[in-house]
Amino acid sequence: MDFADLIVEREEEGYFAYHRSALTSEAIHRAELERIFNRCWLYLGHESEIPQPGDFARRTVGTRPLFFVRSQTTGDVRVFANSCTHRGATICRRDRGNAKTFQCFYHAWTFDSDGSLIGVPDEEGYGPRFDKTQFGLVPVPRMESYRGLVFISFDPDVEDLVDYLAGAREYIDAMTDAAEVAAAFAANGGGASGGGWSGPLQVLRGTHRYGIKANWKLLVENSFDGYHLGPTHATYFQFLKDQNVEVSPSTGSMRLLGNGHAVIEYTGSWGRPVARWASQFGESSRAQLDALRERIIGELGDTGYRMAELNRNLYIYPNLFVMDNNATALRVIEPTAPEYMEVAQYELAPSSEDPTVRKVRLESYVTFAGPGGLATPDDVEALESCQQGAHSGVEWSLLSRGYFSEEPPMSGELQMRSFWRRWQDQLTVGSLVPSG
Amino acid sequence: MSREAPVLERPELRPTDVTRAEVEDLLYLEAALLDEWRMEEWLELWTDDAEYVVPTNDNPNADPDNDLMYINHDHRLLKGLVVRLLSVRAHREYPWSKTRHMVTNVRVLGEDGEGVVHAEAAFLVWRYRLRDADSYVGRYDLRFRRVGSELRLKGKRVTLDAWTLAPYGAISIVL
Repeated sequence: MDFADLIVEREEEGYFAYHRSALTSEAIHRAELERIFNRCWLYLGHESEIPQPGDFARRTVGTRPLFFVRSQTTGDVRVFANSCTHRGATICRRDRGNAKTFQCFYHAWTFDSDGSLIGVPDEEGYGPRFDKTQFGLVPVPRMESYRGLVFISFDPDVEDLVDYLAGAREYIDAMTDAAEVAAAFAANGGGASGGGWSGPLQVLRGTHRYGIKANWKLLVENSFDGYHLGPTHATYFQFLKDQNVEVSPSTGSMRLLGNGHAVIEYTGSWGRPVARWASQFGESSRAQLDALRERIIGELGDTGYRMAELNRNLYIYPNLFVMDNNATALRVIEPTAPEYMEVAQYELAPSSEDPTVRKVRLESYVTFAGPGGLATPDDVEALESCQQGAHSGVEWSLLSRGYFSEEPPMSGELQMRSFWRRWQDQLTVGSLVPSG
Repeated sequence: MSREAPVLERPELRPTDVTRAEVEDLLYLEAALLDEWRMEEWLELWTDDAEYVVPTNDNPNADPDNDLMYINHDHRLLKGLVVRLLSVRAHREYPWSKTRHMVTNVRVLGEDGEGVVHAEAAFLVWRYRLRDADSYVGRYDLRFRRVGSELRLKGKRVTLDAWTLAPYGAISIVL
């Protein structure tokens, strides 16, 4: 099927559907890697994960093994293909750590944290014209960081990150500003120790890394789907009710932010660690959260109110969601295979935080989200179920909800239509570029 | 906060009169109740100050007060989990999976200053459901307390041996 035929839209009828082969086809998956994941900015990791010189962490992004390291000489973040320039072995073989140098175990070629090749056993064997400077680790073509979020692109000609982020920037800014207020509020002259990177937000230790036997685009749909909350997460809302939380359906809005990015912003019955107390948190954190809320609203006005009171699922196309609801999670989606994805979730928290608030944050996060939570397992079930349905012979999935809404509601599907159109545009434009 | 892996602290222990057979009996009962989905009876095995903790695969010595865990449940949350698992709207576990909890290599380590008995064991939990065939392997760090004449579970820390949860999508059962 031609990429142009994968979406059917009939405006007068308010009908929008995509063909389910987009969830199963090997050829489409290969095209996605080539034309989307090799062209866009992709989220890699957070600066706080490698605060000190020599700190490194390993990643797979767009199916490519990479690692990022903080340079021993400049303190900048460097991102390299995780492959020895000699014969290809991966040279960073731990998830994270600190290293002065990186030595390939196979033939002991050694690189420094700037990627320079500094050691080759029996170097004379390569002859007099061998030039070590030509065989440093290969950096990704582009790397830029925005307020601690590190993005990469495999396309050297990609636009600058700040332009790419478009309307998503103001949301990253607002969230980070609120965290700055929260961190200052909590810090008693403490905060991050000197010498390394410091910022108002940090990724906590511990990663939720799990697999879903479904196409990655199903998790994109799910992650900003306000419509599924009631039926899919009934047991979570039951839990809230059992904690004397007054549960009412979430309401809110959706905004398209350009370049495929979008956000839903909505009310929630649950509490938020920055900063909305609810009875599920227990009395011990109430005074702290109320004071923090007042401070954020005092300093940031309306934006502060939104950051404290409302929830946001912010999509940064194509592989990152900032899930700012029960707590704040970075959800990174890796399109491993047509019918299998890997998900990595990290918890973001203000770099200084009162211990009672931290406790509430951690509990709030794992109660809802993550593979052991009361809610996420049911999302995984839904996605795997949709994936199986894609083989049923029923060919089209419907995304017409809210088609005629003037103000797009958070429970509509315009954000998904926008995502699928962006996806299709990229596949189609890519196909016009002559190959070879 | 340091990003270095935390070190798991172990308290000073003295010999205990709780026997391995007693600990095994409780663990086998727990396994049977879980495998038979007798969740309310399972909850009764726990003390009121229960702690059921599962660190992430990449941070086995995690500090639950500061680090992201998979599961960090006190008694209130355990009760919430039981309510969920008995609900027909826990979609990941309805229909229920078939599970088999195997517990072995049990060692009673002693008791601490508060009379809490410490033990560890190896486990293997199989989970079958629809097309899923999942296995979870690792170590239990266990805490028990005598309540009257009975031994009750006070703490269960589940350290997974796998380096990642993937390809599995959830820990939707009790390990």
